[in-house]
Amino acid sequence: MTRHLISSADLSRAEVEDILETAASMHDLQRREVKKVPTLRGRTVINFFFEDSTRTRSSFEIAGKWMSADTINLSAKGSSTSKGESLRDTAMTVDAMAVDALVIRHNASGACQQVAQWVRCSVINAGDGTHEHPTQALLDAYTLRTRLGDLDGKHVVIVGDLTHSRVFRSNVITLKTLGAKVTVVAPPTLMPSGIGAWSTADGFATSWDLDPVLDGEGEHGPVDAVMMLRVQRERMSGGFFPTPREYTVGYGLTRDRLDRLVARNDGVLVLHPGPMNRGLEIAPEAADSPQSVVLDQVSAGVAVRMAVLYHLLAGDDTPAPVAATPVTEGAAR
Amino acid sequence: MSRLVIRGARLLGADAADLLVEDGVVTEVGSVTAPSDAELLDADGLVALPGLVDLHVHLREPGREDAETIATGSAAAAAGGFTAVFAMANTNPVTDTAEAAERVLDLGRACGLTEVVPVGAVTKGLEGAELAELGLMARSRAKVRVFSDDGHCVHDARIMRRALEYIKPFGGVISQHAQDPRLAGREACCHEGEVSGRLGLPGWPGIAEESVVARDVMLARHTGSRVHVAHVSTAGTVEVIRWAKAQGIDVTAEVTPHHLALTTDLLVGYDPVYKVNPPLRPTEDVEVLRAALADGTIDAVATDHAPHARHDKEHAFVDAAFGMLGLETALSVVSDVMVHGGLLDWADVARVMSTTPARIGGLAHQGRGLAVGAPAHITLVDPDREVTVDAAASRSRSRNNPWHGRTLRGAVEATVYAGRVTHDARNGAGTRRELTNATTSGADL
Repeated sequence: MTRHLISSADLSRAEVEDILETAASMHDLQRREVKKVPTLRGRTVINFFFEDSTRTRSSFEIAGKWMSADTINLSAKGSSTSKGESLRDTAMTVDAMAVDALVIRHNASGACQQVAQWVRCSVINAGDGTHEHPTQALLDAYTLRTRLGDLDGKHVVIVGDLTHSRVFRSNVITLKTLGAKVTVVAPPTLMPSGIGAWSTADGFATSWDLDPVLDGEGEHGPVDAVMMLRVQRERMSGGFFPTPREYTVGYGLTRDRLDRLVARNDGVLVLHPGPMNRGLEIAPEAADSPQSVVLDQVSAGVAVRMAVLYHLLAGDDTPAPVAATPVTEGAAR
Repeated sequence: MSRLVIRGARLLGADAADLLVEDGVVTEVGSVTAPSDAELLDADGLVALPGLVDLHVHLREPGREDAETIATGSAAAAAGGFTAVFAMANTNPVTDTAEAAERVLDLGRACGLTEVVPVGAVTKGLEGAELAELGLMARSRAKVRVFSDDGHCVHDARIMRRALEYIKPFGGVISQHAQDPRLAGREACCHEGEVSGRLGLPGWPGIAEESVVARDVMLARHTGSRVHVAHVSTAGTVEVIRWAKAQGIDVTAEVTPHHLALTTDLLVGYDPVYKVNPPLRPTEDVEVLRAALADGTIDAVATDHAPHARHDKEHAFVDAAFGMLGLETALSVVSDVMVHGGLLDWADVARVMSTTPARIGGLAHQGRGLAVGAPAHITLVDPDREVTVDAAASRSRSRNNPWHGRTLRGAVEATVYAGRVTHDARNGAGTRRELTNATTSGADL
């Protein structure tokens, strides 16, 4: 595995599977009374968030702490602009503190890739603009695999604002890496440009209509999981679609759609990266249904991020955390 | 009397001849017996072109002298073979008055390395709302003929119409930066297509350029005035211009070297050195642009030389400044892509990089150079020397050079501006020395 995790495309199938297996043992740790392992003792991880985030930041923070790394949260409001410090200066400043990893959330696509070229430490992409969010894709894959087993040939449908979604971009890569069949659904105004050539090259299907996909018409086939994407509030007034009501009718996972989905597909899963707009892209009945694995995703987030930190930061001679003994606070090793 | 003999140059790439230059004017062409006091410039094997003319540069002075000055920009121009450059108006303050235009003119003359021709803003402060003092700029010593809000589109159709009408009495031209701000806003920074979709970068669709050009050629027809399309970047724009020219509409167009050679896929690494406006386009557009330059649909090559301080480029891609250097590499790119690519010969290069841009910009004394009686603005080119571009070696004050590390076939060997050698790649003379020694220029020749 490389020094950085910038894009889901950085990971081969073997590497994804390796991380997910490590994540499974981390997940076991979470159920212990004492959750801390000494694996990353003495290492420093900075969570540098240029954009607001609650769940991703706290998830990385908990992951680092349970691994015994020193984790520090930094936030910078808004993007760097021509008036402020350059991104390079900001990155070099933090790197000069001899940290081991920089977890970056930035509102600009590509920011993590740029930073990775300038610093000595590992860079982990915690979401860059409308580009990628690779740890989200890993935790979604973890969640899916826990319920569905091997994802080879499983059909995952991703619905919503694809244009502005880094969750979609990373998920489509990781799901294809794991052999899943993927269909993405959005109105034409929320389909990324060039999706035709892109989907052909990368082997996933696209649709402007949700119902034929959920109903498994024609070549679509049965559905194993539906991933609903959040519709950003600021997109609603941007002319991407006329009204929230119309969006829900066309693309929401309504109670009626959920009922039809469950009737046709035994054990179908409903995912959402959160935060949910209940009543808009997902009905409360779907969000709270037995099919929903939304909280499983959150829980997997910590384990998967622990696994990523372990694979990027632990040296070859560091014992795998499964073998490590839990430590209590302040205990000498 | 100052005398210069250029020995054995292939005029426009054809037969070799000597040129005698006396007091800035070509006085003899053919087999010249060098007067004893003449400076000699050996041009054996070199192609002689009329001095290159660039309709579109940003020299950043006044306002951003940390990125470029008229002096450093002039040095870069001389090194690139240019004997005239049109300095865009988006400085601080904006060139929207006669006084501002004259100041740019005077600073250029003081350098004396190339003719610096100020472009006047179309609207006050480039704000797109009220006409700038177009007439006063035209009447000034700077004799402004080219007006542009470049960096911004004159997007209001009524303002554009009025500007086109108003400049008719003094033979002006509006150079339009075609970008519908509603279809491609300030954040738009990557050609809208598969690459922008994958990278999650705000798309800059070709239609944002094409729709404005379509409107403007109709306004040019309606007003009987003259419009020039800056930095054409798409095949669709070429179609519109071809149609307009077939109707007899007075439209001309330029293309940049980077749009003739660099493509969207370079953005995959999010390196802001490749961030430019309009954005780099896919190969299909690039091929159409090359063909359009070859068949005359596109009239001229212009660099859009856009220096930026390092700290303005070292931001996240969407936040970084737009633009790339171009003056020193333009001829090499055109040579490599168009001449060695079999699309243009050297007479064509003289047309698209000198004669036609001089005509579009209203410079009667430029774009000639190789005939008896012409002001001696001459560029000597080695058509086969390969240059590997080194950003650090640039005369520009900035380093945002997308050609760094690339090898191009064809290079400017020497530049003669108003009878004086302003650049000589072979003995290192020229630029620096001339920069300090220059007192007067021959800009009025």
